[in-house]
Amino acid sequence: MSEETVIEAAGLTKTYGEAVAVDHISFKVGRGEIFGLLGPNGAGKTTTILMLLGLTEISSGEVRVLGHNPAREPLSVKRVVGYLPDTVGFYDHLTAADNLHYTARLIGFTKDVREKKIAEALDRVGLAEQAEKRVGTFSRGMRQRLGLAEILMKGAQIAILDEPTTGLDPHATSELLGIIRAFKSEGVSVLLSSHMLERVQSVCDRVALFSGGKIALMGTVPELGRQVLGGGYVVDIEADGAGLADRLALIPGVSGVERTGIGKLRLHSDRDVRPEAAAEVVAMQGRLKYLGVQEASLEAIYTRYFESMAQERSGVKDGERHAA
Amino acid sequence: MRREGSAFAGLGVVTLKELSDHMTGMRMIVMEWLVVLLALGVVYTGIQQIRQVSAEDPFLFLRLFTRAGEGLPSFVSVLSFLVPLVAIGIGFDLVSSERSQRTLSRILSQPIYRDALLFGKYLGGLITIIIMLVALWLLVIGLGILTLGLPPGPEEVARALAMLVVTIVYAGVWLGLALLFSIVFRSPATAAFVALGLWLFFTVLWPLLAPYAAAPFVSETVQTPGDLLTQISVLQAFARVSPGSLFGEIVGVLLDPTVRSTQQPLLASLGLVLLQPGSIPGAPLPLVQSLLVVWPQIVAMIAGAILLFVIGYVTFQRQEVRA
Ligand SMILES: Nc1ncnc2c1ncn2[C@@H]1O[C@H](COP(=O)(O)OP(=O)(O)OP(=O)(O)O)[C@@H](O)[C@H]1O
Ligand SMILES: [Mg+2]
Repeated sequence: MSEETVIEAAGLTKTYGEAVAVDHISFKVGRGEIFGLLGPNGAGKTTTILMLLGLTEISSGEVRVLGHNPAREPLSVKRVVGYLPDTVGFYDHLTAADNLHYTARLIGFTKDVREKKIAEALDRVGLAEQAEKRVGTFSRGMRQRLGLAEILMKGAQIAILDEPTTGLDPHATSELLGIIRAFKSEGVSVLLSSHMLERVQSVCDRVALFSGGKIALMGTVPELGRQVLGGGYVVDIEADGAGLADRLALIPGVSGVERTGIGKLRLHSDRDVRPEAAAEVVAMQGRLKYLGVQEASLEAIYTRYFESMAQERSGVKDGERHAA
Repeated sequence: MRREGSAFAGLGVVTLKELSDHMTGMRMIVMEWLVVLLALGVVYTGIQQIRQVSAEDPFLFLRLFTRAGEGLPSFVSVLSFLVPLVAIGIGFDLVSSERSQRTLSRILSQPIYRDALLFGKYLGGLITIIIMLVALWLLVIGLGILTLGLPPGPEEVARALAMLVVTIVYAGVWLGLALLFSIVFRSPATAAFVALGLWLFFTVLWPLLAPYAAAPFVSETVQTPGDLLTQISVLQAFARVSPGSLFGEIVGVLLDPTVRSTQQPLLASLGLVLLQPGSIPGAPLPLVQSLLVVWPQIVAMIAGAILLFVIGYVTFQRQEVRA
């Protein structure tokens, strides 16, 4: 993947009167990267997205989308960016294909191009059979897929998806994430906001954690894990062999051994001790059934981060009691 | 700050989509039947009257539009009453429906400006009304030819066409108002309610209230003909606040070549005749002269339509895309 930057925001700010919805945020998204925006309700994710698209005025700061300024050259930006709004809607009285035809005409595709691209796009999201059905009869997941078909048809270089997985069942979610991964494999950059942390973790290259209009944390999930959860590693091991726990505890760097089940142990350490642990089991002529290091989960990072924020805040209020 | 590209990119696409939505929509079909049946009904009763009364009238054909059976409104009155209703019916949810269907942000993320969407919606609605009015106009002319048994003269056709154009402008005013309400009110029900309220006010209440509103501005004593004319002008000025009155005034002059001033009908109702130097009362005016008489009113109506659209446009530009 090249290092080329497709979205660049610097000091981006949006105020509604007195209220600050987005507060001096800066980030970059590279080509073919999947970038996740996370954060509680009202943190400013949607507002950020709308500013990138030139759909809402920017109060201050700079944005470049493929080198274009969304405020000055909205058409150039909107030509290369596909957008799936948080609650995507279509004209219920028109068929799926007709809805896309309307968009394609707005984009300016000629009839032949239109026919071909729409058929392809609907096929890729699995709506080929439903092309001639009225969208009024569509389920939420089908609408969502139709929204992705629109972005595919557009041939967008950047896909901006606002909470694409909300309201979808697990199967539909996996399908949708599959389509998002396909975007990436074609060199399309994806910016997505979501509340489904586990799912986001599985597709995103990097995430930005929004909090009160600011980006509190940004980076890959393991990076964030180290920042928020501290440097500790957790290694799970399943093996038989008497006295294994005692021997594992002697490995340099291991701070604790925990028994989590019959023949199951959990090591807490300050580094990845999998090789040493495996060597110990083998040395004891035990049988190693499982050995794995726990990835920092986004869920844990998210929860821990906002817990510590809340603690800090209440700590400011009544520091006495908390200290005691 | 110069904007990149044309503000009207996509205008044609939006207009065509709107047009086809209106033409196939149930709402428009119902309204079309309502208008056509009512209008043709009054024209038909009017024809019975015309045949009895005025066989030697030189502008017999124009009477089709202005005469009606005993106790019934004329064709132009029906238009003045129903055209706003059709325009409101088309326009009251033009923008709010995009919001409630959640299509607005998706459409505006395509490479078009908001200008194109709004103007396309206005044009689509207006063309729908134009199609309906032209069809109706042709039906009336056809009905006239069949029942009266004679074709209209060129002067009559020209005047009838002028009336058609003015009716379209009149529709444009109400469509502009409905569009504005569809932007300002997020709920289509509220927009429809307010628009219909305004329509009722202007068509039913204002004609009754206008003289009272004007009362403080007219002198009590009328001594000279000049006083009388001033008084009438003031009354008219107040009445003209209602687009319906303005419309009635314009078509009243356009469809009757003997009317030389918009004050003439009011004077006639007082049993007076307006005498102008060098003119014979009752002699027909050429069309150009008639047009000149009501030119300010026509311009005012066009300006009204444009103003309403511009207010809507500015409001829309400043609105947030999301609900
Ligand atoms: N039109 C508006 N006027 C005033 N404040 C607004 C407006 N739109 C959004 N806000 C405020 O901006 C802040 C950010 O909202 P935004 O929709 O960007 O949050 P979000 O991160 O997308 O939340 P969610 O996860 O619920 O979608 C919120 O506090 C919201 O109240
Ligand atoms: Mg949001």
